[in-house]
Amino acid sequence: MSSLRILVPIKRVIDYAVKPRVNKAQTGVETAGVKHSMNPFDELSIEESVRIREKKSAPVEDICVISAGPPKAQDVLRTAMAMGADRGIHVDVKEGEDLEPLGVAKLLKAVVDKEKSNLVILGKQSIDDDSAQTGPMLAGLLGWAQATQASEVKFEGDSVLVTKEVDGGVETVKAKLPMVITTDLRLNEPRYASLPNIMKAKKKPLVKMSLSDLGVANERRLKVVKVTEPAPRQGGGKVEDVDGLISKLKELGAI
Amino acid sequence: MFSAARTTAVRSARNLPQATSVFASPYSPSALHRLLSTLAVLEQRDGQLNHGSLSAVTAARKLGGSVHAFVAGANINAVANEAAKVDGVEKIIAVDNAAYDKGLPENYAPLLLENIKKGGYTHVVVGHTAFGKSLFPRVAAMLDSQQISDITAIENENTFVRPIYAGNAIATVESTDDIKFITVRGTAFAAAEIGGGSAAVEAGVDPKVESTSDWVSEDLAKSDRPDLATAPKVVSGGRGLKSKEEFDRVMLPLADSLGAAVGASRAAVDSGYADNSLQVGQTGKVVAPQLYMAVGISGAIQHLAGMKDSKVIAAINKDADAPIFQVADVGLVGDLFDKVPELTEKLKSS
Repeated sequence: MSSLRILVPIKRVIDYAVKPRVNKAQTGVETAGVKHSMNPFDELSIEESVRIREKKSAPVEDICVISAGPPKAQDVLRTAMAMGADRGIHVDVKEGEDLEPLGVAKLLKAVVDKEKSNLVILGKQSIDDDSAQTGPMLAGLLGWAQATQASEVKFEGDSVLVTKEVDGGVETVKAKLPMVITTDLRLNEPRYASLPNIMKAKKKPLVKMSLSDLGVANERRLKVVKVTEPAPRQGGGKVEDVDGLISKLKELGAI
Repeated sequence: MFSAARTTAVRSARNLPQATSVFASPYSPSALHRLLSTLAVLEQRDGQLNHGSLSAVTAARKLGGSVHAFVAGANINAVANEAAKVDGVEKIIAVDNAAYDKGLPENYAPLLLENIKKGGYTHVVVGHTAFGKSLFPRVAAMLDSQQISDITAIENENTFVRPIYAGNAIATVESTDDIKFITVRGTAFAAAEIGGGSAAVEAGVDPKVESTSDWVSEDLAKSDRPDLATAPKVVSGGRGLKSKEEFDRVMLPLADSLGAAVGASRAAVDSGYADNSLQVGQTGKVVAPQLYMAVGISGAIQHLAGMKDSKVIAAINKDADAPIFQVADVGLVGDLFDKVPELTEKLKSS
């Protein structure tokens, strides 16, 4: 197998444990002063890349992480490097001018061409817009094989075997490089970056780029008309015992 | 010359102010561009139509305009003929080729692309399932369209409603793409019923692109219980069940006494109490049954994302402060190992 040049796209999102609040203007979610961190699925992508290198399941030449966003996106890139990525690329995109998945896929295609990547590992979705599109979109633009929602990645000869989570269970597919893989939660358990590795990560190369450096424009196709809070759900109170539970369920017509 | 003039006309029409209701507006850009027509992509497995995938037809019918449905796989006739009975579908496009049986996106995407081009569709719809999620973004990108994922409502032909941030916010978005790729949330669009329709079945174009990936094997959880995604009742267990043995001993009889499907929280799945395919939540399945009974589940936001649209939510938990009680219509504080068997017995005898 040719040695792997892995590209891992990562996204800085509102931390998964924070309950997001819709802003007053109903244009989006309040982000100022809210804790952000790396999209949880992207941590899995980095972990898997580092494990491929550590287990020597295939020769790894390079693990490059990339994030598009405001300067604060560099924080998640440093975290990724502390976890074991070799270098980072930060594509500067102003706050409020976020790319849509198609835009990200086009950007990543340009980076793949430039960096001669042969394996791209992405999270299956980001927990902010919940689109679950970028991975397959990138594979479509590149004309590469794809395996989404991976729970296991194995190398066998010159093929990659990926076990995917599907609706009724799991499915295994096999493809040759180059390919795009998206990660699902059960793929691995991401490591914590140790303090020495956090210090070392500060010295790893981090290149800054703009969209125009990559020949990509931020062309938005969706207009956000409004963002609202979901209809609140009121708890109906508690009952004393099992009989109370049954009669309440009968009263509600649920049984 | 003609096409150039037409493009200009369309462009100038697009610059007109948007009327509030596109349907009522004579200036609707798409109406000038071409007539609204939707292709609903259906799923099949081993020659059986996946009835859940008919939620795409329901969404397609809500869009208005003509509705065609697409199926592909080996010996597809039976599936096509069954789909032809769905009311409101004008035509079934069927491609008979075993190469599409497993829905591999590498050859299914070019197949779908050719059939979209041939049919001149303005909208293409599929369920937000593993199949739809893997296939649609690939085709959308190939046609330079920004997909709209997991919609829960249709406002008009260009405007759609979808949950973001694990359902903690609801976004209404308007698409400017010529061809709109849409995946629909099954719980928000009930599957269209097989009725007395008699759509024409037509062979689609088959570009016969070789897949760059091969299907190797699958391991599907077998169950005699109702399917989790579509069951009218769901009982779901969490970390409070303590072990797989206890999960099976406590939850399965409860499910059977109610005729319910079994679900689980991520904590229960990660601890090995239940299969991955049973997970309910942001990263698992989204369900909206008549009754959702949460047993030993605290109610983290990622779990609530998958079930808070259930009609009635019941919760049994020993922690009276568990967040699940804030959304439950009826809550019982107590040890699930006492309460659930008692509940099961009383349901059986009633």
